[in-house]
Amino acid sequence: MNNVCVYCEFEEGRIQEVSYELLTKGRSLANQLNCKLEALVLGEGLNGLEKEVSRYGVDILYMADDKRLYPYTTLPHTAVAVGLFKQTHPQIVLMGATSIGRDLGPRISSSLTSGLTADCTNLEIGEYEDKKAGKKYENLLYQIRPAFGGNIVATIVNPDNRPQMATVREGVMKKETISDTHKAELIYLDAGQYLRDEDLVVKIIERHMETSKVNLKNSSIIIAGGYGVGSKENFNLLYELAHTLGAEVGASRAAVDAGFTDKERQIGQTGITVRPKLYIACGISGQIQHIAGMQDSAMVISINNDANAPINKLADYVIQGNLETIIPKMIKYYKKNIK
Amino acid sequence: MYKIIVLAKQVPDTRNVGKDAMKADGTVNRAALPAIFNPEDLNALELALEIKDQYPDTKITLLTMGPVRAAEILREGMYRGADAGVLLTDKAFAGSDTLATSYALSCAIRKIGEADLILAGRQAIDGDTAQVGPQVADKLGIPQITYAEEIISLHDRTIQVKRRLERGVEVVECTLPVLITAHSTAPECRPRNAKRLMRFKRATTLSERHTTAEDYLAVHNDQAVLITEWCAKDVNSDLVQLGLGGSPTKVRQVENIVFQAKESKVISTDDAEIESLMQELISQHTIG
Repeated sequence: MNNVCVYCEFEEGRIQEVSYELLTKGRSLANQLNCKLEALVLGEGLNGLEKEVSRYGVDILYMADDKRLYPYTTLPHTAVAVGLFKQTHPQIVLMGATSIGRDLGPRISSSLTSGLTADCTNLEIGEYEDKKAGKKYENLLYQIRPAFGGNIVATIVNPDNRPQMATVREGVMKKETISDTHKAELIYLDAGQYLRDEDLVVKIIERHMETSKVNLKNSSIIIAGGYGVGSKENFNLLYELAHTLGAEVGASRAAVDAGFTDKERQIGQTGITVRPKLYIACGISGQIQHIAGMQDSAMVISINNDANAPINKLADYVIQGNLETIIPKMIKYYKKNIK
Repeated sequence: MYKIIVLAKQVPDTRNVGKDAMKADGTVNRAALPAIFNPEDLNALELALEIKDQYPDTKITLLTMGPVRAAEILREGMYRGADAGVLLTDKAFAGSDTLATSYALSCAIRKIGEADLILAGRQAIDGDTAQVGPQVADKLGIPQITYAEEIISLHDRTIQVKRRLERGVEVVECTLPVLITAHSTAPECRPRNAKRLMRFKRATTLSERHTTAEDYLAVHNDQAVLITEWCAKDVNSDLVQLGLGGSPTKVRQVENIVFQAKESKVISTDDAEIESLMQELISQHTIG
């Protein structure tokens, strides 16, 4: 009872990466709180998944295997999750800030009247004092996220309502297994016990899932462009440099919003989090949401006209000037010096 | 005939944060940010207007919760084709998190009554939470279709919607009523219509009339369109579930961003300097 529970996303035969990352974080939170780590997997054809899930140190694995639970639709998953949480009363529920998690999380939180914080960049355990009410709370979940255009970082708590819910983007937390021999206690749920006919009102007619052509997460060098790149045409310079260095091209939200490149290249709080060996930021000013997605890069080079761009503060090298001049020179001298 | 409610929010334009957006003490200068119609709420309005194009007797009501000045976006929506606007405003709503906001909106939707379709933007740019749409749907006990890119068809109270997901697309079908959130890839909202602009430019809420008009009679004799304005009591809401008190989430701490400055090496655009940087990166095996 009052454990930490991770809703694990199941898609095309496997659990999604973000869920494993959250299980890893969930394990460390459960250790701090001295409670158990639970996982909830809903879908169809789940046999055998328990082995992989167990490796992350899950104590109790709830599984509901039912054709009405796959592919994901909102109401059936809400019904089972809400039904289970009303019985098990988890103190914390974590889910991915994905198409699914951001659709399901708010529905569950409304149904249970519990607080939910979206797109957290960090989760910690700590205390909270409500000075007005003169109440002190211990062992609350700190849900930490940038807010208001990235000018501030807010720590959100849910003092009274349970579960404390948070969503986190893929790549923000690190994934780490605990043991290959650990076995979670497996509890099968009967979906029929929770589902009503009216939960099936939304029907999927067609579905096309694409695997992304962009592989930012596993790229050791990233060339990222911001609003300062200026145009879609100028982004070609970045592609050229990326091609030469064997890198991938990323972008800030401002560049994506301006239509310079595709959303799937967006790095930051509402995009992808990356940890490359080398991050070359081109015309990126460095709002905190962007920084949140790349601050663990081993080395940062900032190419910017503006000597005072905030991103320069975390750059190892700052090249001041125009991209149009600098990038061709980088390509030229790379080719000249590489054997 | 379909009855549609479009949820909209007036937001600070966080996409265009200028240099004066931060005050000297490092806090956010909200006054320096222009207030705009939340972009994806405009996509939602366009989806509603497309339905009205097909079924002209459809009635579109734009609903917003916010301070008195939020009536600006109601007028904006009416210029573009919404039939009516409702402003939900009350000090009791101050400090609402997404759940308390959703509760208040759901009360207003019930008061408007019998909506077939509720449309909203996926998320607002000042918070990016994407929570209010699904939470309103839950409070109303109706299904939701999030991330709508296109309404493929609507016949006999059955709607087909194309959803834009992170890694693909999905076409779903549902019978009304349903709440739909619009993705930024949905069609852009049509511009203002000149005739509608003339008709609605003096549309105001009672609060606006009281602050501008000199005498009480003039306020009530004003022939211009009156935008509906409701407070918490008007929508029969339970005060306990509103505002800060009705919000499960509390802000414990807010920190301004201070970057830990690294020792950075500044390089000019000189050929020699760029060549030596590339040589250094190659020798460290960072590249190559």
